[in-house]
Parts: sequence; C-alpha cells; structure tokens
Amino acid sequence: MLEISGLQAAIGEQPILRGIDLKIGPGEVHAIMGPNGSGKTTLAQVLAGREDYDVTGGSVTFAGRDLLALNVEQRAREGLFLAFQYPVALPGVTSSYFLRTAVNAVRAHRGQDELSGKAFLELCRQRMELLQMKPELLQRAVNDGFSGGEKKRHEILQLALLEPRLALLDETDSGLDIDALQTVARGVNALRDAQRSFLMITHYQRLLDYIVPDYVHVLVGGRIVKSGDKELALHLEEHGYGWIVAPETATPAAAAARA
Amino acid sequence: MSTKLIEETAQQEYRWGFVTEIESDAVPAGLNEQTIALISSKKQEPPWLLEWRLRAYRHWLTLRAPQWPNVRYPAIDFQSIVYYSAPRQQPRYSSWDEVDPKLLETYEKLGVPLEERAMLAGVAVDAVFDSVSVTTTFKDELAKQGILFSSFSEAVREHPELVQRYLGSVVPHTDNFYAALNSAVFSDGSFVYIPPGVRCPMELSTYFRINAARTGQFERTLIVADRGSHVSYLEGCTAPQRDEHQLHAAVVELVALDDAEIKYSTVQNWYPGDEQGRGGVYNFVTKRGACRGVRSKISWTQVETGSAITWKYPSVLLLGDHSVGEFYSVALTKGRQQADTGTKMLHVGRHTRSTIISKGISAGEGQNSYRGLVRVQRGAAHARNFSQCDSLLLGDRCGAHTFPYLECKNPTAQIEHEATTSKIGDDQLFYLRQRGIDQENAISMLVNGFCKDVLRELPMEFAVEAQKLLGISLEGSVG
Repeated sequence: MLEISGLQAAIGEQPILRGIDLKIGPGEVHAIMGPNGSGKTTLAQVLAGREDYDVTGGSVTFAGRDLLALNVEQRAREGLFLAFQYPVALPGVTSSYFLRTAVNAVRAHRGQDELSGKAFLELCRQRMELLQMKPELLQRAVNDGFSGGEKKRHEILQLALLEPRLALLDETDSGLDIDALQTVARGVNALRDAQRSFLMITHYQRLLDYIVPDYVHVLVGGRIVKSGDKELALHLEEHGYGWIVAPETATPAAAAARA
Repeated sequence: MSTKLIEETAQQEYRWGFVTEIESDAVPAGLNEQTIALISSKKQEPPWLLEWRLRAYRHWLTLRAPQWPNVRYPAIDFQSIVYYSAPRQQPRYSSWDEVDPKLLETYEKLGVPLEERAMLAGVAVDAVFDSVSVTTTFKDELAKQGILFSSFSEAVREHPELVQRYLGSVVPHTDNFYAALNSAVFSDGSFVYIPPGVRCPMELSTYFRINAARTGQFERTLIVADRGSHVSYLEGCTAPQRDEHQLHAAVVELVALDDAEIKYSTVQNWYPGDEQGRGGVYNFVTKRGACRGVRSKISWTQVETGSAITWKYPSVLLLGDHSVGEFYSVALTKGRQQADTGTKMLHVGRHTRSTIISKGISAGEGQNSYRGLVRVQRGAAHARNFSQCDSLLLGDRCGAHTFPYLECKNPTAQIEHEATTSKIGDDQLFYLRQRGIDQENAISMLVNGFCKDVLRELPMEFAVEAQKLLGISLEGSVG
C-alpha cells in the first residue's frame, strides 16, 4: 500500500525528516509516537503533499504509484486522506456543500457518477449516525465555531464519506474527552477492513486502547528509532521516551526542533 | 506557494465580448445644446423635458469631474462620445416576430431569459440595447394589476404626469457631475410604477448592453412604489470587448411611499478591459432611493465584477419614520480594475434603521475601495445603523481600502461598524485540495463563502448566476 524509503524533508535550511523507512500493507494499522518536534506532523503533511516542505531525499510509493510526483489533490483522489490535527475554518462554506464537492471530486476520479443531492444526504445521514453527529452540522460553515469534538468528528465523517485507501490521522485524539474519543474510535474501527490502511499519529497511548494498532513506531529526531507491537506503546506510556533516545540520535538539530 | 497561483487566477477571458453587427442610427459625436435637442426630438419628447435637459446641461458646464474617488484614469474627452445610438429599425415592437433576429440572438448569447424562458422564470424583462429599449415583456399581464413597466421614453409619452412628478426628485441634476451629464443626455431606461397595495407578482428585470463603438450609455431608471406596494427589480449589464473605454453614466431613482418596499438587485459585468488596462467600461453611476413614507423599505444588492472603473454609491434617504435602508454589496476587482463603491445612509426620520454589508475582493493588481457615509440628522431619534465591511485579498499586488464616514447629530442613535481584512490562507487551500478539490474550485468556494451574506439577498435565479460569475471571474490558469 505505502512504502517509504529514506524519506528526508526540510523547511528551508532546517532538516526535519532525516531518513524515514516505513512499509504499510493493506488493512494494517500503524501508530507513530514520539516527543514534540520529532517530525510526526511533518511526516503526515509531506505525505499529503504540502508544498511548504522540501523533500530532499528518498522515495514514496503509494498503491504502485510514485506519490511524490503527484500534487495534493491528485494524492487525495488516489485515496490518501489526512485527518488534520487543527482543521481550518472555511467561513461561509457550508459543510454539506463542501462534503458533496469533495465526494464528487473523488468519485469523478474513480469513474463513478456524481451523487445526487438526495443520495448524498442519505449517505451523510448514515455516516453521521455512526459518529453520533447531528444533521444540523451540515448547514454550518466548515469548522467555523465548531467545538474541538465537532471538528474531529467532522474529520472522521469526511474519512467515512471519501473511503480512502490510506488514512493518516494526525493527533485525532487531542482535545477530545473520553466520550468523544470513544465515538471517534468507534467510527474509525467501523471503517477498518482488509484493504484500508491507517497511520495514526499520537502522543498518548490512550487512543491505542480504542484503536488497536498492528505496529507501533517511535519517531525521534526525524528518524524511526524503534518499532514494535502495541506493547511498545504501553512501555512508552510507563517509561517515557528518555530510555529510547540514545545520545547519538539527539543531534543538535533534533534538540532544537524539540525545544 | 499559493500567492503566485492565486495571482494567475486573476485573468480570465471575458465571455460577453462579442459585437452584434447591426445598423444603428446615431447622432454625431460631441456634446452641445444641438445634440441634446436632437436626442429630445428623436424621442419626440414634450418641451418641458427638453427644458429640463438643457437646464441640466448648463449646470453641468459649470462642474468638474469628481477628483476625490480613489481611482486613476486619464481625463475623459466628452466631445468624442456618441450620446445617442439606436438600432436602425423601428425601435418599438408589439410582438416578438417584429424584433430583429440579430438582437434576439444577442440576448440569447447573453442568457437573458426572454419569451417562454421569461415565462418559466417569471421574469419580465425590459431590454435596453445601446440607448433604446427594445421590448418589454409581460406588459399586458402587469397592466391588469395597474403596474406600469415600460421603457423610460414610453413612460414620458404615456404617463408624463408621473414622470414629471418624480424625475429628478431623488437625484436632482445638481447632485453631481455625472448625474448632471445623465440628466442632459439620458437616452432611455426603465420606468416602473406599482399602484397602492399591489405586490408585483414577478421579478422585473432590465438587461443593459452597450454595443456600438464609442457609445456612452446614459440610462435613467425611475421606480415608484406607491403606498403598501412591493416590487423586486433586477438589473444585469454586459458590453462587447473593445479597445477604447466606454462611458456608462446612469441614474437610478427609487421612491417608496408609506409601507412600500423596493428591492433592487444588480449584477454588473461590463467589460473590465484587458490585462494591461486597455479598454473597459467606466461605470460612473448615481443610484439613490428615497424612503418617503413611514415604514417604507429600500434594499440595494449589487454584485460588481465588471468595468474598468466603478464609481457607485447606491444610497437611501430615510425620511419616513421607521423606514429601513439596506445595502448589500460584493465588488470584485482583478487585473487593472478599480472600484470605489459603497453607500450613503441618511437618517432623517425617527426610528430609522440601516444595514450595510460590503464584501470587497481584490486580485491581480485590482484596487478596491469601500466608501460609505452614515449620517444621522438631529431629528432622527433612535436611528440605528449596522455596517460591516470585509475585504479579501488574493495575492500581494492588489489593494483594499476602507473609507467609512460617520456623522451623528442625535445622541439616541446607535451606530456599529465592523471591518475585517483577510487573505485566502494556504491552510484553507491545502485543506480543500487534500479533499480532492482542485485549486480553482477551492478558491471559488472560499470566495463564494466570503460573499455569502450578500449573495443570499439576491433572488434565487440571480444568486446562482452571481455565484457562477464570481467563479468565472477568478477562474484562469490555476493549477
């Protein structure tokens, strides 16, 4: 599904990713953990194609294609989805209009017909029930005045509507109380199947109690320094990251990035 | 990254730039008392109207073009303009079969809903081609309810007493330079009278088009809503693409008596000129409504995407107690376009209320100024105003300016003013694109979202058009 090898990326002169290797197979759920500033969000944004970062080395293959050769919307249409840590407000753009435009853009790429207004609303209603969302939300402007919980559910709603091959969840648990976290996790779990893969970025082990990963990786200083199964996450929860950060990986740049 | 991409959106071919090959009957270029007498005689006007025109002309000679707007253009040579141009054929038609097919074709290209299309849309259209009103649809149906909807010239012939009573009563010829010029040389336009207690059953619409070269269009619109009546009026404008500038100096007067309501909507898409600023329409327009009656209401909604220069301040004179004035505006400037537009709300009556919502969008090297005056007179107890002026910048070579003026002479008045300036953010574009929406669509969605408070004031059909127009205007070589 996704194969990252030796991926390096920088903002201006500042290297952030320093050679990432990661393979995600169909239907697998991976979690990436790591201290602040280790490059977790950068990895998600680079994979989604954000132009603010320069890819300085390495390669990424996604569903058999050279991901780095595609622009942002092409990657999205090929089935790469990013649930944002901080979803941005779109004043005046109603959720229903936005969602329908997105769904139809992706459908057009897959050679499917546009969904009619009615069919779209029906689909929305089903997916919103799963996430315990009120249909009124569709009439509001996207993320404009949404609570933290509403924003995150709205992200997962988009995931459920766009049905991507690979979903990157960037700190989807942050800012959620335990009830909202369970609802969001239930939504994500319902979307797991043998083909769809997930890459979850999180600080805390808590999320992994609800969405159980197949693999856990620790990202420090722009490199994956340790991989394991969900036991690794429990160990991190108990002992923190200190034991893992060998002095030689704590480069000045990584230290600066953490600061 | 997106600044460059957004700037590339700024230019887009003008789709209404075709010229209709049609013989026209025009007076020679230039302006003097003979020209005015010639226009008046071609229109078989009564002597009082010729006198009125000449008074305006003599006053105009004493005036200078206004220097205060925040726009730059070379001085206009008023002697090189053709002040009257009409399709050569007989200008009034009693049935559609008589209309020159080329004219009909033009309107078809423009997407004006005439004939059955008009019937389906429930729109009555008065189409003004250069200077003469070509035909008025649905006149008979409206006449059954006593509604008068005709070209201005026809109203002069058939209802001179109404015209004489209201012409110049809201915008006198002494008002400003271009209003004086219009009063001297106005050629045609629309006239509407809604009798007491009548709710006009359909949207009334005028479609303006400047076709002939070097023609100025000076139309004059007068709408009178008698006691307890209601009317919604739509106006759309386009012009062919030409290298020289064309002058459009219109005057619109609205009168609302007790409990009457007038809603006036404009979608202005005159030719804006090319990327270097060659050609394009100078849109210097005076629009004003008088809420003369108690509880009367006048509402202006405008979507201004065309013209090289726009200079326009649809205003409301709030005379009647409890009267209401509204101004909703979207002005988009791109390329070398300049707009200095806004409104005046003059509170005279007690408990008068006004609302101003202005959305300015600047792209390319476009310059967009909001200029608005809210004046509360001494007697206007408990007057209220709310103004909101938002500017959106696309790219970093354009400009947005806000000139709000407040004059308040009554301590019981409440006035609120809010202003914001924002840019379309990279984060917003990235978010939309990450959902598979291309950059062009993403920008169009964000711009339409920004204008939503205004667009929803437009009648349904017009709102859809306006949304498309905003999308088209910003469309281009993005991505």
